[in-house]
Amino acid sequence: MLQHPPAPPVISRSTAVLLMGLLALVTASFYSLAIKWGELFSADALRSGLEFIAGFAPPELAGPFLLKIAGATLETLSMSALSTLIAAALGIALALPASGRMGGALYAITRLMLNVLRSIPELVWASILLIAAGLGPFAGTLALAAHTTGVLGRLFADALENLPPAPETTLRINGATPLAAFCYAALPQILPQLMSYTLYRWENNIRAAAILGVVGAGGLGQMLKYHLSLFQMQQAASVIIAMLLMITVVDGASFWLRRKMTGS
Amino acid sequence: MLILLWPMLVFSEFKPWILFEAQSLQASWQFLASFVPPAHSGEFLQLLMVATWQTVAIATAGLTLALLCAIPLALLATESLSISMLETGRMRLAGGLIRQAARWLLVLLRSVPELVWALLFVRIVGLGPTAGVLAIALTYGGMLGKVYAEILDSSDVHGTETLLKNGSGRLAALFYGALPEAAPELVSYTTYRWECAIRGSVVMGFVGAGGLGQRMDESLKMLAGDEVASMLIIFVLLVGAADWVSTSLRKRLG
Amino acid sequence: MSLVLRGLCVHHAQAAKSALDDVTLSIAQGEQIALIGPSGAGKTTLLHTLAGAIRPASGEFSAFGTSPWKLSHAGRHQLRARFFLAPQTPPLPPRQRVVTAVLAGCLPQWSFWQAISSLIRPGDADAASDALARFNLQDKLYARVDRLSGGERQRCGLARLLVSQASVLLVDEPLSALDPALSLQTLNVLQQEASNRCATLVCSLHQVELARRHFPRLIGLRDGQVVFDAVRDDVTDAMVEALYQNASGITAGADVTDLMAGARC
Repeated sequence: MLQHPPAPPVISRSTAVLLMGLLALVTASFYSLAIKWGELFSADALRSGLEFIAGFAPPELAGPFLLKIAGATLETLSMSALSTLIAAALGIALALPASGRMGGALYAITRLMLNVLRSIPELVWASILLIAAGLGPFAGTLALAAHTTGVLGRLFADALENLPPAPETTLRINGATPLAAFCYAALPQILPQLMSYTLYRWENNIRAAAILGVVGAGGLGQMLKYHLSLFQMQQAASVIIAMLLMITVVDGASFWLRRKMTGS
Repeated sequence: MLILLWPMLVFSEFKPWILFEAQSLQASWQFLASFVPPAHSGEFLQLLMVATWQTVAIATAGLTLALLCAIPLALLATESLSISMLETGRMRLAGGLIRQAARWLLVLLRSVPELVWALLFVRIVGLGPTAGVLAIALTYGGMLGKVYAEILDSSDVHGTETLLKNGSGRLAALFYGALPEAAPELVSYTTYRWECAIRGSVVMGFVGAGGLGQRMDESLKMLAGDEVASMLIIFVLLVGAADWVSTSLRKRLG
Repeated sequence: MSLVLRGLCVHHAQAAKSALDDVTLSIAQGEQIALIGPSGAGKTTLLHTLAGAIRPASGEFSAFGTSPWKLSHAGRHQLRARFFLAPQTPPLPPRQRVVTAVLAGCLPQWSFWQAISSLIRPGDADAASDALARFNLQDKLYARVDRLSGGERQRCGLARLLVSQASVLLVDEPLSALDPALSLQTLNVLQQEASNRCATLVCSLHQVELARRHFPRLIGLRDGQVVFDAVRDDVTDAMVEALYQNASGITAGADVTDLMAGARC
């Protein structure tokens, strides 16, 4: 007769603590927020919600309004492109010290700077920069550039740090200046990577630029906020549709480009 | 290059000199000067702690609801659990239609930016965290659902297929074949999204969805630099902490 | 006859040649059959077709007196519980515990809730342990699958067969990762289990000698066609040699003469 198998091992203590912690976090979140489920699913809320949604139809399609939307879309695209360009330039400038090429003190300072730039979202940057740059797309451009500089600077710095150092040191030993050695040895190696990071961020920034206007920083978001606050739902609906269209087109274009690049 | 750049500069009203006009210089300087020292009265710090917790709670609750909506949709959208796919390499008509519908729903949910969802929900349910939770639930439900389906489709399906071929049910095959195969990737993506949701919930506060963002918006409107400064510090620390938690969790799995 | 194939053809998607071409077979309940033939002959496809996992392009297939492909979707899936298909590479997720991987063989019989609760607390650890013990793997019960060696993993996949309640066992090259001694032991366990529960055993093998020694009936398959289907005593060395000669497009002889002809010019 075969003996009984041993009992299954209990789960490890750290896993148990982790799971309990997760459960506690979720429960505490729901408990402390006191979400108004009742109001959300009451007949009253349902009716007003449906009314709200019905207010969107039909979207405003008058010629002058569409022109305004087109203008705002161009504004959004310009903001994203310009800010990405600025961020790429500043990102490289900051990535040099942040890759440890200019000593430990500068390394620590620039890394901290990049982290702060990166961890504050575009929208928060925008609402702070509004004070210096005034309402409008310029503040939005600066805000996008600030956040993107943090993101790109860190990616660039990591790419530079992971580079095999041999080609650059060889040039340095042969008497080239540090900048020349960087331009001739390091830059050509990481350029494709930098390009692809920058393009990827541009795609991201188009989405971000579309909503930045909600705090008054230009683009489609500003129109949306404006019409929503006046309860002009049909205009708001057109703006939302324009946003969705723009995002879809950009997504499709980048998917197509990527497939082209990897396919060939 | 210039031809492209010029209209861009015009459209984005790129006028850096504005920054250096006496008036705006003065305003910026006053505002920046009031950053030091950051506000640190006991009462304010307590308020800040409550707001910070609310931000984390909105992100967590929103993500939990997002999971509830993402999991069933991902199961509908994935191809790895289709029995008819195994038999003939094609899906039955009804199954294919349901799958397409689930995919379109996921696309719709995640294409609308979370901030726009938040703006709409603030109009429906009023100011406060409920709007933020719902906005995160919808957007992140769409993102998680799409990526879950992709992970399930791209991971090794040999185990799942064999279970299905031997006659086990679809959900049982999911739990005994597909999930053990893909679990680390699924959990790691979910933690990453939790980190994003914390950032998102701060941003949504600016349209009135509660938490740290709403407080920051109020302080900014009053040009209370000292309060803004302490909020920024707290915010950078919070994002850093969420980043640390999510990377260490992912490392544990990997 | 429990399994009958008549004029059966199977095409794989995106393949020019058909994987099975006009196969006619009948198999009685409780028979033990070895399936031999060169690589790419269609052995795996035949096993999958018998399991009702691949839809044949033409011909007839009936199992237990019904035709699976005339049943409803759900009815066909229910019928699959009576078959057990063990693929050549063990279908075990690397991060699963062995006990869970083995008990996955019970899934067709279990309700969904039984399946879920067994993930937390193994539903029938005794059965899993007994099954593993027959392959000398009982000490691996709670190990993780990715800690097993290739041979252990293969036998762990076969232990799943022992806990299943299927009455037709379709095993694809069960010995490919095993040394000769283990091969013999594993084959014995499979054959014993099949005769204990009066199950049909169809087993594809590359070890022709083992097949001729242990199986009463052999089926030779090549290029998707049945070359011979005979009882053990009727299979001659010449038949086996012909089965494997110049197999699967390797026409070495022709190439060499061509080269020689070229060199002479």
